[in-house]
Amino acid sequence: MSINGMAYIVGAYEHPTRKAPDKSVAQLHAEVALGALADAGLSKDDVDGYFCGGDAPGTGPLSLVEYMNLKVRHADSTNIGGSSYILHVNHAAQAIAAGKCDVALITLAGRPRSESLQKGPPQRTDNPVQPDFPWEQAFGMTTLNAYAMCAMRHMHEFGTTSDQLAWVKVAASHHAQHNPNAMLRDVVTVEDVANSPVVADPLRRLDCCVISDGGGAVIVTRPEIARSLKRPLVKVRGAGEAIKHLSGGDVDLTYSAGARSGPLAFTEAGLKPTDIKYVSLYDSFTMTVIIQLEDLGFCRKGEGGRFVADGNLISGVGRLPFNTDGGGLCNNHPNHRGGMTKIIEAVRQLRGEAHPAVQVANCDLALAHGTGGLLGTRHGSATLIMERE
Amino acid sequence: MSVLSSSLHHHPETQPFWSALGERRFLFKACRGCGRAHWYPRAICPFCDSPDTEWRNASGRGVIYSYSIMRVAKPPYAIAYVTLEEGPTMMTNIVDSDLEAIAIGKPVEVAIRKTTDDESLPMFKLA
Ligand SMILES: [Zn+2]
Repeated sequence: MSINGMAYIVGAYEHPTRKAPDKSVAQLHAEVALGALADAGLSKDDVDGYFCGGDAPGTGPLSLVEYMNLKVRHADSTNIGGSSYILHVNHAAQAIAAGKCDVALITLAGRPRSESLQKGPPQRTDNPVQPDFPWEQAFGMTTLNAYAMCAMRHMHEFGTTSDQLAWVKVAASHHAQHNPNAMLRDVVTVEDVANSPVVADPLRRLDCCVISDGGGAVIVTRPEIARSLKRPLVKVRGAGEAIKHLSGGDVDLTYSAGARSGPLAFTEAGLKPTDIKYVSLYDSFTMTVIIQLEDLGFCRKGEGGRFVADGNLISGVGRLPFNTDGGGLCNNHPNHRGGMTKIIEAVRQLRGEAHPAVQVANCDLALAHGTGGLLGTRHGSATLIMERE
Repeated sequence: MSVLSSSLHHHPETQPFWSALGERRFLFKACRGCGRAHWYPRAICPFCDSPDTEWRNASGRGVIYSYSIMRVAKPPYAIAYVTLEEGPTMMTNIVDSDLEAIAIGKPVEVAIRKTTDDESLPMFKLA
């Protein structure tokens, strides 16, 4: 069964905090849930489906459903890292289409910035039982160098340059200057990125996303309920999800699982990349954006560096405005998971509620895409195409 | 590194690899069903699902597929994917080499490193 037209996003809320030393993670989940419900014009008692990622406190949704005192008949905590929430919209639409719930609440929250002030490369804390653990963790693999190896190979095969990577950050910073909540609001140049210190070759500090507390939530519901509310209608047109890994040692780091999730979403939506007016792309690192643009079909494989150069991602300037809230590179990356904020800014664009300086004219079709886990090892991708009705 | 010892007892499937490494022998796993080598080692072939997999001695030779030097670590270190002569590509470290000389496509050879009294790791150096 296709989800095209079966569900609408009616509520979206991004927590304004970037540092929450005095709040619990559960409290942040509840605050974003109530924010999204208020945005939709719904109450907690309307919620009968709940979705969260594997990072939520408790065993899946158990603790949070109790904390918020929800009464749900459907729950799902499928975990593909930071892209989970984009997948959750897909799963919520499927559940709604199947009659398993009517109003789905999806939340993300976390406070890594308050919890860890230590400097240096972040250490991964994966479970020793997972089969890949001894073959990677012992070599000092971190998020930084896992993504860096993708960037290094992409540069080697396609001639992608550090200056091209820098253009992704430049575009994000142009957008972030208009977002009062963004952590980094200064407009940066390609030279600024080039002059920032290398953290893990070839990635520099300004190629990396921020670390922030906070969170976000969205509400997905069936068409009849969506039409009864007073918000602009944002229809789910299509979605796709995929997992990519190291294939028994047959390694190719130049593409992501988006090469499979993207076509699934476009086929379901009955659309092609040139139809899309605005994209939210996971920007854990600048290279993540370049690889995703190629995999989703916005340019050919290997052309991503040239595609982003000269401001092509800047709203009002380039052909494909992206991450007009400043994205993970400048705005926020709550709990190291950027998928939720990708949906929220796409919803703002479709509703015409983005900042006027970055609002895309006639924005009727938008795409949100995430890559969660590690691009350099195993990761999940989720693609979501939405339409303003 | 303690990260290894904390995990190895969970993986009896690959204990022969670590035991051999302690004797300075570098093994890989190949499948008698389809003939292909894979990485990381598994009891069941990830390509054809055959349980008839066997340990073989690796040549220890390979080429760098990709790498990164962790500059924010003290001291900096090189992580890499190395494609073994036998076929599969594995994550490792490049050691005993000039970090600035590391490049994609360069040949490397195994450099088994004793990381604690009872642990060794399969690392590589520029050949
Ligand atoms: Zn086989």
